[in-house]
Amino acid sequence: MVNAGDTAWVLMSSALVLLMTPALAFFYGGMVRRKNVLSVLMQCFIIVCVLSIQWVVIGYSLSFAPSKGFWGGLQWLGLNGVGLEPYADYAGTIPHQAFMVFQMMFAIITPALIIGAFAERMKFSAFLVFTLLWATFVYDPLCHWVWGMGGWLRNIGALDFAGGTVVHINAGIAALVTAIVLGKRSNLDKNVPTPHNMPFVVLGTALLWFGWFGFNAGSALAANGLAVNAFVVTNTAAAAAGLSWALIEWLRNGKPTIFGVCSGAVAGLVAITPAAGFVSVIPAIIIGMLVSVFCFIAVTVIKPLFGYDDSLDAFGVHCVGGIWGALATGLFASRLVNSAGADGLFFGNPKQFLVQLAAVGVTIVYTSVVTLIIYKLVDLFIGVRVDEKSEAMGLDLTQHHERAYTVLE
Amino acid sequence: MINGADTVFILFSTSLVMLMTPGLAFFYGGMVRRKNILSVLMQCFIALCLLSLHWMFFGYSLSFAPGNVFWGGFKWAGLSGVGLEPYAAYSATIPHQAFMIFQMMFAVITPALIIGAFAERMRFSAFLAFILLWATFVYDPICHWVWGEGGWLKSLGVLDFAGGIVVHTSAGIAALVTTIFMGKRKNLEHTPSPHNLPFVVLGTALLWFGWFGFNAGSALAANGLAVNAFVATNAAAAAAGLSWALLEWIRNGKPTVFGMVTGSIAGLATVTPASGFVSVMSAIIIGVSASVLCFIAVSITKPKFKYDDSLDAFGVHGVGGILGTLLTGLFASKAINSAGANGLFYGNYKQFFIQLFAVIVVVIYTFVVTFIIYKLVDVFFRMRVSEKDESMGLDLTQHHERAYTVLE
Amino acid sequence: MKLVIAIIQPYKLEEVKEELYKSEINLITVSEVLGHGRQMGVTEVYRGAKETGNLLRKMRLEIAVNDNYLEPAIKAIVKGAKTGETGDGKIFVLELKECVRIRTEERGPVAIG
Repeated sequence: MVNAGDTAWVLMSSALVLLMTPALAFFYGGMVRRKNVLSVLMQCFIIVCVLSIQWVVIGYSLSFAPSKGFWGGLQWLGLNGVGLEPYADYAGTIPHQAFMVFQMMFAIITPALIIGAFAERMKFSAFLVFTLLWATFVYDPLCHWVWGMGGWLRNIGALDFAGGTVVHINAGIAALVTAIVLGKRSNLDKNVPTPHNMPFVVLGTALLWFGWFGFNAGSALAANGLAVNAFVVTNTAAAAAGLSWALIEWLRNGKPTIFGVCSGAVAGLVAITPAAGFVSVIPAIIIGMLVSVFCFIAVTVIKPLFGYDDSLDAFGVHCVGGIWGALATGLFASRLVNSAGADGLFFGNPKQFLVQLAAVGVTIVYTSVVTLIIYKLVDLFIGVRVDEKSEAMGLDLTQHHERAYTVLE
Repeated sequence: MINGADTVFILFSTSLVMLMTPGLAFFYGGMVRRKNILSVLMQCFIALCLLSLHWMFFGYSLSFAPGNVFWGGFKWAGLSGVGLEPYAAYSATIPHQAFMIFQMMFAVITPALIIGAFAERMRFSAFLAFILLWATFVYDPICHWVWGEGGWLKSLGVLDFAGGIVVHTSAGIAALVTTIFMGKRKNLEHTPSPHNLPFVVLGTALLWFGWFGFNAGSALAANGLAVNAFVATNAAAAAAGLSWALLEWIRNGKPTVFGMVTGSIAGLATVTPASGFVSVMSAIIIGVSASVLCFIAVSITKPKFKYDDSLDAFGVHGVGGILGTLLTGLFASKAINSAGANGLFYGNYKQFFIQLFAVIVVVIYTFVVTFIIYKLVDVFFRMRVSEKDESMGLDLTQHHERAYTVLE
Repeated sequence: MKLVIAIIQPYKLEEVKEELYKSEINLITVSEVLGHGRQMGVTEVYRGAKETGNLLRKMRLEIAVNDNYLEPAIKAIVKGAKTGETGDGKIFVLELKECVRIRTEERGPVAIG
């Protein structure tokens, strides 16, 4: 039975999640140098276009068609059989296409997150091929394992409410791999580029936070108490994380920064994602406070120590935050919040923590191996990195024949 | 009977569509030179203010009151009789005022679309008079014909789900008229490049987001039809953005951000009349053809005929709207929407001719009436700013403001 | 005293600065300018409208030096900015009549360093 209230909620959530990808574009775009801002906006935007098509043609079937295999089945290719009647195994009260389009938005933003790792130096053609292959061979299978009917991680009971493993750890690990193999931006040791337009970073953060209500609360797939719980803890964790990042900076560097608050808020949103439908408000505050600590260490201590150039901290924020969130779900999950979930370690079920750990481990291993293979293939056929002159001149002019801002008029 | 879920859905959709006008402001504002950005933002915002009032005082009545075949009359002027009970002829499950305000946002954005044609050279006072008259004598009647109770195109069976004819064709043709009669901007040897492309991208993002309310909300209920419109909208926008980028890649050697977002908007405009009648795969085809045709209009036809449609309001919205209306006549299917009709490809060639006829009528009507309004306003207010004001920029000369400081 | 004005590629600024520091010249003023030299503009495309011969974005450096620092300054700029292709830029050297340090009102060569 289609329920109008649930349908309205999921449609609006889909619109909100769609907005997150352009939001991410501004979040990232503000951080790069002004000669590269368009390349980042372009990459995010073309992902919306490419993966919207990929999803309706093959992606949805590979991810969600029931199957016990590596991928979902092929029976839903081209949305064949995905109509306006509900499909009860996923969501019994909304049209099947509403579920499909909601999930589409997740498939879009995940590869877009990786952009932060290779910003300012990747060839556009290589980027397109890489993204398409990555979505098909990394996102779709993983999505199937965790959320699809017959997926094996789903069957062993891994909890992932809105995409901690599928979206954030997944994208974050891919970011680390590409950042390492692609190498640093040139001249990086001489001067670390500062964000060219900080208000864009703040604008992006604001729109991400706004969209994240759709991401997490929409994942309840109905307008019910669970959605409200997810909504409340999402806001709480983001707030706690933004605040604690500012405090850490204050203590360590003497001044809190707006860049820090934004990074913290996004880290908090990432960390609460897998937990949003399973934990209550107080654990959400703890998850939020601590994620800033972990991500702050990752970004300011670990990254310089190992010297990889994760330009915009896609790994440092999304992967680290995602891992913490997935494990925290194993600690703080409670059946009192969501009876369809499970209890975590702190509620007397240590097994859940191990299951979460296994899911995280599998994701890290699978994603890093396959991402590396895809990267090498693309590099072999197209060449991933732009030449040095183009990098110096900026990708906007060399990849797109455009400039973001005029100087005079 | 009022349904809570449907009401929520329409109110939320209304907010989304409201956001489209500021979205459009940034979309257009980023494209002009920095001395004119405020004038564009101002025009869009004042349209939001002025036309909201126009709609409540008499616009809604002229458009939707059950009057004669030509327009609705003044029965509902000042919203008299438009209350919180549903009005079944339009939407039986939401309060009448919810329907009214949802439609208001369409009436706001349509005249705002025309701004793209005369950007950087129109006097502000003339602009106000122009859009008020245009909304009253062009938008309201056409809206009544296509969507109003007793409208003659509606009785004829024309399909326009969310405004391909009412919104995009009418605004696009008005754009063409004003751009022809206003003439080119000064010193146009070099097409001025957009002063802030990230704003154009921001505007596109907000427009795309808001368009879900525009199209899916036009189902007027949170049901399967809304889902279909939502999915089709996204598919067409994506297909169009991608194919525009590919066209540029083939023709100019590089894909551009500006091209891609233009393509997406073209796709959104084109799928608008079709979104509640066609399947996802048809929407993809619609998106691709939107890009191809609008690309030709913008980068081949416009330079050839040398009209200065500054921001391509005609090239994107006019062409897209007409194309979408005609394609609806090809791809519409009763399997998607039983209240609709089958198109040519589903064995009903008659529907295509109805669509074609409606487009021709609206094009001619809009062309003639916009021309009359233009000339009238020109006589009383003078449409164009002086040459000196144009070179100094409209921000300083029309509004005594500057968008960005130079130093601090 | 001389005033050195250099127009260079924007992306060479960091290298030029570094070379200047090596020559113990660390007082420079930088501004963003548009210019046109033998290197014609890059092609830019906006909705299919091609723009060639646009003014190019350059960096303008102003450096006041005492005479004995003139050659090191020129060498440093050349070393940092040279790629060997058109568009590398120009260096102009002007006589400098006077220099005043506002804080102390010192004048002449002593005010430069």
